[in-house]
Amino acid sequence: MDKKLVLNFPPSLVDKPIISCLVKEFGLDFNILKAYVTPEEEGTLVLELKGEEEKITGAIAYLKQLGVKVELLSKEVEMVRERCTDCTACIPQCPAGALWLDQATYQVNFTSEKCIACGICLKACPTKAMVLRI
Amino acid sequence: MKTIAEINEKIKTGKAVVVTAEELVELCRSQGVKKTAARVDVVTTGTFGPMCSSGLFLNIGHSRPRIKIGGGKITLNRVPAYAGLAAVDFYIGATALPDDDPRNSLPPGNFTYGGGHVIEDLVSGKDVKLEVSTYGTDCYPRRKLVTWINLKDVNEAILFNPRNCYQNYNVAVNLSRKTIYTYMGILKPELGNANYCSAGQLSPLLKDPYLKTIGFGTRIFLGGGTGYVAWWGTQYNPSVKRKENGLPCGGGATLALMGDLKGMKPEFLRGASLVGYGVSLIVGIGIPIPILNEELCRWAAIPDEEIWAPVVDYSQDYPQCTGRVLAEVNYAQLKSGRIEVMGKTVPTGSLSSYRQAREIAGILKSWILQKQFFLSQPVFSFPGPETGYTFKMLKERPVKQNNKNEG
Ligand code: SF4
Ligand code: SF4
Repeated sequence: MDKKLVLNFPPSLVDKPIISCLVKEFGLDFNILKAYVTPEEEGTLVLELKGEEEKITGAIAYLKQLGVKVELLSKEVEMVRERCTDCTACIPQCPAGALWLDQATYQVNFTSEKCIACGICLKACPTKAMVLRI
Repeated sequence: MKTIAEINEKIKTGKAVVVTAEELVELCRSQGVKKTAARVDVVTTGTFGPMCSSGLFLNIGHSRPRIKIGGGKITLNRVPAYAGLAAVDFYIGATALPDDDPRNSLPPGNFTYGGGHVIEDLVSGKDVKLEVSTYGTDCYPRRKLVTWINLKDVNEAILFNPRNCYQNYNVAVNLSRKTIYTYMGILKPELGNANYCSAGQLSPLLKDPYLKTIGFGTRIFLGGGTGYVAWWGTQYNPSVKRKENGLPCGGGATLALMGDLKGMKPEFLRGASLVGYGVSLIVGIGIPIPILNEELCRWAAIPDEEIWAPVVDYSQDYPQCTGRVLAEVNYAQLKSGRIEVMGKTVPTGSLSSYRQAREIAGILKSWILQKQFFLSQPVFSFPGPETGYTFKMLKERPVKQNNKNEG
């Protein structure tokens, strides 16, 4: 199974090799979907973890015990088809390749599995066809 | 050689050959221009993009007692309209914003609702809240009015757009180090993306580059209904630099368009929010081009690969009007999703929907085939390059402070 998590590291943990631990100790595979350090020096990491459910649960407990705030990525971005004009303005903005053009029909499609909910397309879309569901 | 009257006769008898501009490109490729020109009577075109110079005249009928909106203040869903007309006539422009919209005070502003959205709501059949405050007169005593209005109840709703349908357009990029927010969309730093806004080979004025068949009174598809060319558009520039094939290297011609909003559809008139820039109206337009001779056929068949647009930096060169062009690219390259600029591969996005442009050209074709739409002979043609008509920049003349003549 895989789970998308948002991890918030307090400043004291930002420079610790915590993620490599998830690989070594729990045998999990991961994909970093997004990483940044806020002006307050907190680190945020959006991570996709792949592996057995038990191990993922274990890893989450381990992270929490270290003082990392763990949240499931519950924000979901959706495309409201009727509002989309298929203009393509959002395509070069999407960092995850979740928005793409069908070259035959010229329809713009959204692959939600690839979306990291960064929200950029919400701004880029002139007709507000991309929306956030919480 | 054919005439418009002959083509209309063929439409009436169901014998007219009508194709979309995309289909014409293919036909000319496979059968040559000569044969195609003899066979095809009408080519339909389409475009669907944000066009800021758009708006709506409304006459809402008189209230009891009467009120003189003219000279007073009026809003529709809190968006101000222009009230400097007769008692119950007014005009709402696509870019108008509510007085309390924060605009770009915390940039980039979101511009969630404005004139373009009011027009979309009206054409969707939604009730819109009208608020008036004005002064009283002997014949128009009332000073306040708050009411819902609906498109079906107003007397006239005339979409009147002083500038639509740009012949060609810039491709916008950003050479600076920070993201910029423009009417061409979000432009990421250091050539992060390139945005364009044209339907290329489907776009009306690229198919008749000298406006030989399009003039005052030309009947068109406008916003899902029927409209007319009402004048040449503002910033009209037939003297634009052209390629050997006659197509403009940038901007070029524009059209003023009008039509009855009551016959239009929300799918083809959409409010737009351009983050950090403002609001606008996305307008769907389709123009039929009669193939009266071979020359018109050759122009109408020019494919994306042969239509070029200038790449312009919107961080410095555009706002400062330097006129610098970084590169020229064609619409086939733009539509592929990637172009080369200054040695870099840059992903492209469009503000104009090709899918909708294709749909519009298809609808116009079916209207003609179903004998619901006939071609019109323009009352007169617009100035061509031979007239020297061009587009000027503003000449600023300093206004001295203590000038006695100043009002
Ligand atoms: S939120 Fe939008 S821009 Fe961001 S990854 Fe998802 S689809 Fe792409
Ligand atoms: S920017 Fe909006 S309207 Fe345009 S293709 Fe993307 S989702 Fe659709």
